[in-house]
Amino acid sequence: MGQIVLEKVSKSFGETQVIPPLDLTIEDGEFAVFVGPSGCGKSTLLRLIAGLEDTTSGTVSIDGENVTEVSPSKRGLAMVFQTYALYPHMTVRKNIAFPMRMAGLSEEEQDRRIMAAAESLNLVDYLDRKPGQLSGGQRQRVAIGRAIVRNPSAFLFDEPLSNLDAALRVGMRIEISEMHARMKTTMIYVTHDQVEAMTMADKIVVLQSGVIEQVGSPLELYSAPRNLFVAGFIGSPKMNLIDGEEAAKHGAKTIGIRPEHIDVVEDGGIWMGTIGVAERLGSDTFFHVNGTGLAETLTVRALGDVALRHGDTIHLNPRADEIHRFDAQGLRVS
Amino acid sequence: MAIVAQSSKTRRIRRATLAWIVGLLFFYPIFWLVLTSFKTDADAVKPEHLLFFTPTLENYLNMTENYDYWRFATNSIITSVFATIFALAVGIPCAYAMAFNPSRATKDVLMWMLSTKMLPAAAVLYPMTFLTKSLGLFDTHFMIIVVLMLINLPIVIWMLFTYFKEIPKEIIEAGQMDGVNTWGEIKEILIPLAWGGIASTALLCFIFCWNEAYWTVRLTTTDAATLSKLIEGNRAPEGLFFGRLSAVSAAAVGPIVVLGWFCQKQLVQGLTFGAVK
Ligand SMILES: Nc1ncnc2c1ncn2[C@@H]1O[C@H](COP(=O)(O)OP(=O)(O)O)[C@@H](O)[C@H]1O
Ligand SMILES: [Mg+2]
Repeated sequence: MGQIVLEKVSKSFGETQVIPPLDLTIEDGEFAVFVGPSGCGKSTLLRLIAGLEDTTSGTVSIDGENVTEVSPSKRGLAMVFQTYALYPHMTVRKNIAFPMRMAGLSEEEQDRRIMAAAESLNLVDYLDRKPGQLSGGQRQRVAIGRAIVRNPSAFLFDEPLSNLDAALRVGMRIEISEMHARMKTTMIYVTHDQVEAMTMADKIVVLQSGVIEQVGSPLELYSAPRNLFVAGFIGSPKMNLIDGEEAAKHGAKTIGIRPEHIDVVEDGGIWMGTIGVAERLGSDTFFHVNGTGLAETLTVRALGDVALRHGDTIHLNPRADEIHRFDAQGLRVS
Repeated sequence: MAIVAQSSKTRRIRRATLAWIVGLLFFYPIFWLVLTSFKTDADAVKPEHLLFFTPTLENYLNMTENYDYWRFATNSIITSVFATIFALAVGIPCAYAMAFNPSRATKDVLMWMLSTKMLPAAAVLYPMTFLTKSLGLFDTHFMIIVVLMLINLPIVIWMLFTYFKEIPKEIIEAGQMDGVNTWGEIKEILIPLAWGGIASTALLCFIFCWNEAYWTVRLTTTDAATLSKLIEGNRAPEGLFFGRLSAVSAAAVGPIVVLGWFCQKQLVQGLTFGAVK
């Protein structure tokens, strides 16, 4: 079990309010991702749940029990830190055993769980090494191993993959997702990378300056961003945002259209412009189009390789039903 | 290339020579002390016997037979060891709290602790003596241990604080998430991680305790008298017993010099607050 409820939780460091009062519920078994730009308060929010920071006001409950005043060691949560935070003076085996030893589990039970964790995380050959003798990816596995052996009611991850190189990051991302599918334990995962958020989450919490901008499933955020911030933050490449006359035609202050929802046509498109940069990925081509009179550049995603180059004129057709409309406050108009 | 190598070589030689000169300069008094301790009191003051004399063990025998060297030595060991243990017992939790849960007052508290070292000991001589006597603690091990602990506490806390600061806070937080209480954090994580720093601190504290003379001389007579008191006692008013005084001094500093020799690396690290790795 691991339902986590925040009610009117706020946090200030001295005079500066980092998190204004907010409400949030994370259901048991859910994979929730906190995403937002660096410095928006994601880690602080996670640490409030962990108990590593005291709330300035409000209550934190786990499974219906108010734990606001409970120390982190008694909340039954496990955390994986960005810097791994392994105990450098202990071997991998001792690191993984540590929480179980603190909980007073029997030696046999400890050994059994260490082996199970080590096997699932490919650490069997490294059990007697010290963290200093491991690569970044292996250290991260040890940190995860240390978290899983105690069967916590929820896992907290604070940007666990941001110190790994790109290839490893993708691999670990999948492993963590598989781990969640297998264990079905609540997980809260903090990242500034919207791709991680989109690929892993059941529920995404988008934060900006400590304020929750939107909560929803990845597809909800993708197809119905609640405001301009979420619209610009979720999706890669970014949604095109267009002000002025073109927006007014749709009865909005601003309209947004994703690069993948603009079709390249031979001629007779609604919009047209000149190609600036063309990024060819093989599977897709991203065109950065100038001189459309709509926005400074318009990003367009075309499937496969399209034989248009720098300086060519391009004709574009936005899909009408994929246009997002926003009012003067930047809120979605449906 | 050749010129660079040449100049760096001369520089090395020059630096080594300078180091030797300074080293010898500092070593000379100790050398003189040890040499004198093997001379008779008569020879000790004669310049012609500075280097050439008939060595004698008389001073040392005299010291152990008539002055009860071993009792003073035992007292020195007891007071220094316990003062160091208690200073660590208080200092570790204190430095831990300040290093990992700093508040706005932490800097000020640290400065205040250090400022107590700026108070001249003589300023509190009368109240201290009065207090000790009226509490009936004059010339007791207990009092000396407490005094030695207190005068070294600021430096102990400062040193430990600097070492603890180098431990990433996340490691302690990981411990909290893994279910340890405060005592567990100290015992399972902090002490093993800062072991080198704690050992350096303990060593330095022990040496300071051993060498302390102001209070140990003034607050003791016989029962709790340390080696400092023994030296002081041999500063005989009736004449200049250089030979005897040297033997006593050599026997008093001997153990600590040997200890220091074996722990050089730790000591340098301690004195530079871990800046030299
Ligand atoms: N211990 C602290 N003292 C003061 N300010 C802090 C502290 N921790 C975080 N902050 C501030 O709170 C804001 C949010 O920080 P953080 O939660 O770490 O952001 P994120 O994890 O989203 O990058 C930042 O502006 C940061 O400077
Ligand atoms: Mg962060």
